Amino acid sequence: MADTVIAPDVEAPVNPTGEAADVVRAAARKKALITGIGFILVGLYALWAFGFGTKSGVDAVFGMTVPNRDTTEVGDLSLPARAVAIAMSVLCMVAGVLRIVLDRSRLAIRLSIALFLIAFVIAFLVWAVAGKQMSFAGALQNTLLAAVPLVLGALAGVIGERSGVVNIAIDGQFLFGAFAAALTGSITGSLWAGLAAGMVAGALIGGLLAVFAVRYLVEQVVLGVVINLLVTGITGFLYTQLLQKDPEGYNNPGVFENIRIPGLADIPVIGPVLFDVNIIVYLMYALIVIVHLGLFHTRWGLRARAVGEHPTAADTVGIKVNATRYRNVIMAGAIAGIGGAFLTIGTVGTFSKDMTSGAGYIALAAVIFGRWRPLGAVAAALLFGFTSALATSLQPLNTSIPSQFLQMMPYVVTIFAVAGLVGKVRAPAAANKPYTKG
Amino acid sequence: MTEDNKSTPGEPSKAKPAPTKTTEPAGASASTPAKPSLGRAMLDAIITGNSAVVTFLAIVLALVVGGVLMILADQDVLDEYKYFFAAPGEALSSSWTLVSDAYTAMFKGSIVNPDSFSEGSIEDIFRPISETITQATPLIFGGLAVSIAFRTGLFNIGAQGQIIAGAVFASWIGFVVDLPPVIHLVFVILAGVIGGGLYAGIAGFLKARYGAHEVIVTIMLNHIAVLMLGWLLTTDTFRRGGQAQPIGKDAHENAVLPNLFGDNLRIHFGIILALLAAGIYWWLLNRSTLGFELRAVGSNPDAARTAGMSVARAQILAMVIAGAMAGLAGVSQVMSSTNPAHTLTPSIDAGIGFDAITVALLGRTKPLGTVLAALLFGALRAGGSVMQASANVSVDIVIVIQAVIVLFVAAPPLVRSIFRLRGARKGAEGGPLAAKETVGVQS
Repeated sequence: MADTVIAPDVEAPVNPTGEAADVVRAAARKKALITGIGFILVGLYALWAFGFGTKSGVDAVFGMTVPNRDTTEVGDLSLPARAVAIAMSVLCMVAGVLRIVLDRSRLAIRLSIALFLIAFVIAFLVWAVAGKQMSFAGALQNTLLAAVPLVLGALAGVIGERSGVVNIAIDGQFLFGAFAAALTGSITGSLWAGLAAGMVAGALIGGLLAVFAVRYLVEQVVLGVVINLLVTGITGFLYTQLLQKDPEGYNNPGVFENIRIPGLADIPVIGPVLFDVNIIVYLMYALIVIVHLGLFHTRWGLRARAVGEHPTAADTVGIKVNATRYRNVIMAGAIAGIGGAFLTIGTVGTFSKDMTSGAGYIALAAVIFGRWRPLGAVAAALLFGFTSALATSLQPLNTSIPSQFLQMMPYVVTIFAVAGLVGKVRAPAAANKPYTKG
Repeated sequence: MTEDNKSTPGEPSKAKPAPTKTTEPAGASASTPAKPSLGRAMLDAIITGNSAVVTFLAIVLALVVGGVLMILADQDVLDEYKYFFAAPGEALSSSWTLVSDAYTAMFKGSIVNPDSFSEGSIEDIFRPISETITQATPLIFGGLAVSIAFRTGLFNIGAQGQIIAGAVFASWIGFVVDLPPVIHLVFVILAGVIGGGLYAGIAGFLKARYGAHEVIVTIMLNHIAVLMLGWLLTTDTFRRGGQAQPIGKDAHENAVLPNLFGDNLRIHFGIILALLAAGIYWWLLNRSTLGFELRAVGSNPDAARTAGMSVARAQILAMVIAGAMAGLAGVSQVMSSTNPAHTLTPSIDAGIGFDAITVALLGRTKPLGTVLAALLFGALRAGGSVMQASANVSVDIVIVIQAVIVLFVAAPPLVRSIFRLRGARKGAEGGPLAAKETVGVQS
């Protein structure tokens, strides 16, 4: 995407020497200065808006008991809003100073960014909740629910792009997976059949993408958009003709029961959120680990990345480029299909028209924001899930920030990311480039 | 991409390859030096499957796919298939009735309804065509918006956001001031152009200045525009008071695009603007210096840069012009007969932004092709709503047909192999859908 010299895995040369080193160092210093000043300015704004914008003597109350779960009561967390907001705004500025001073170490950079983000979010939250109450545990729960399809979609996107096929059709895979899971689940009465159908449906769309992209060399971005349109049409049509006319028979699959893991689920706050969930979420945990290890520590992963970075070289050493791409894109489609199935048989229990409402595109954004790495994409998906959960949680509090602005966050952040303002991003070299052999 | 387009003889619009174009694709075998007779040329075109034939066959295939989907979604007909081996005729004939009724209704709703000759007024006879053109109007603008960016080597997936931006600006000028006739409309149109142009300009600027991929940026800008519109419709500036739904304020009378043939036919002044825009697009690309630069940057940015052209300038301008065109679609959505109250609504874009991409692809990013593709999809939309009302088949089938047409057009070898035509060659053959670069050893 952006034309930079930095490969996704090797962030910066370890020990650059000579003139090149000076250039790299100067660029890093400049970037540290700009980001640091940015942090400080945002911190000043937070101090003015959240810190001094909050009445003194008012508490912000955060509910810490996870709703609708079998768990021990945890007392509410009550914070003096003004004092905490001011302290957190100051921390934002401290993070900015640290970013400027500690520009040499990658760990320090990451810590300063994390400090800034956390401090800013807390400052914002106590300001928004001051004098009212918000269920923080509920927001965490919503974060996970919103993030599950995003994480699975992002993993699918990472596998596809790492193998050299851009997967804009994640949204179509979600929608078809959700539809197939609901329909099959209803007809067979088995949620497992529904889950399998969701995977098959996602894999089918992945296969369609692969055939047109690999065999017919169609431009992958446009292709993805057209496939999404096709799935919107098919599911919308069948929904109106079949599901809507007989919802009992065709759109009533039910929802997977939660499985509580004793011990782990007893951890306060986090426990019930993470370990009292349904099978699809556990499947997601497993897939995160599998995809990460698979991509970076197995022969399959090495081959996938070779095909995505330098297909000619991969071919030379005997890797079947197009076969690898077919296999991986179809597999990725199945993973995205699970994410789609979660939307119906994992949460709400019924299919509705266009129910993804662009979640596939957010998953794509998570791929880019996570710099084409599984764990990065997962972190980005969680961040995006958190903003959407916050938008839901803050809506009843009537804050002066419209919920639409919170919902916009993932998109704005992604634009900054691809513009290189949040750090350099670079796609796998052969993404969106079909391979033809003479 | 431009060069490739030139070597593809015959636009989808033309029934036979233009004799002036000498370069034939590798698949076409019958390029005799002597000018072939019309009949011979048509036969050759069908046998080798040139792009016009492929387009036609793609439409046929898409209608077949649509028909199969209709049968699959009809419980009564499906039940008859359970007795298929006992009474195959019954299942087949009711399938045929279902599909043919649907497509007949679609034809009656989009081209002409034979009944209207005997019992209807003049307006009844022309109503289907009027509806088709009305539906096609915003699609032409949108298709041009996507096309001009394509020609410059940019994928403008952001027509949706640009339409919304244009619609918001146009609507605002429409209700906030009260100007004399004509002048008010001119200001509304300008507002739409500026709104769409500025919004697309963001993506163009980020691409030119920071190398931000325009596909990602425009997709994100689409979502931002939708949310922004949702928010604007909660503000006092835009929201009409005293109503539960978020609906914008009514535009003044003078701000509206007038109907061309009275109140009974919805065809409006927008189609004149759309054809004008297509004309400007043709002139811009083929006759102006700027257009030459845009195409040069689209074909080979490095060569264009070496030749002293500013790639950044071309990319920004292309996006701004594209946004301006999409903004006009926004004007048409707010200020035309399709929106009787002339107000903003949360779904003002009506899916045109994504349909526009299919229009541009089917029209092979050429002005005439885009207009014809928009008319075809306009006809599908107009006929689709009649079909939904009279044949009880959901209008969503239209989206399926549209997407399938474009998929087949994208892969001519697939269509050729289905119909066993000669010249089935691998690859997308240089259409606008062909991948720009491929890696590996080229044959």
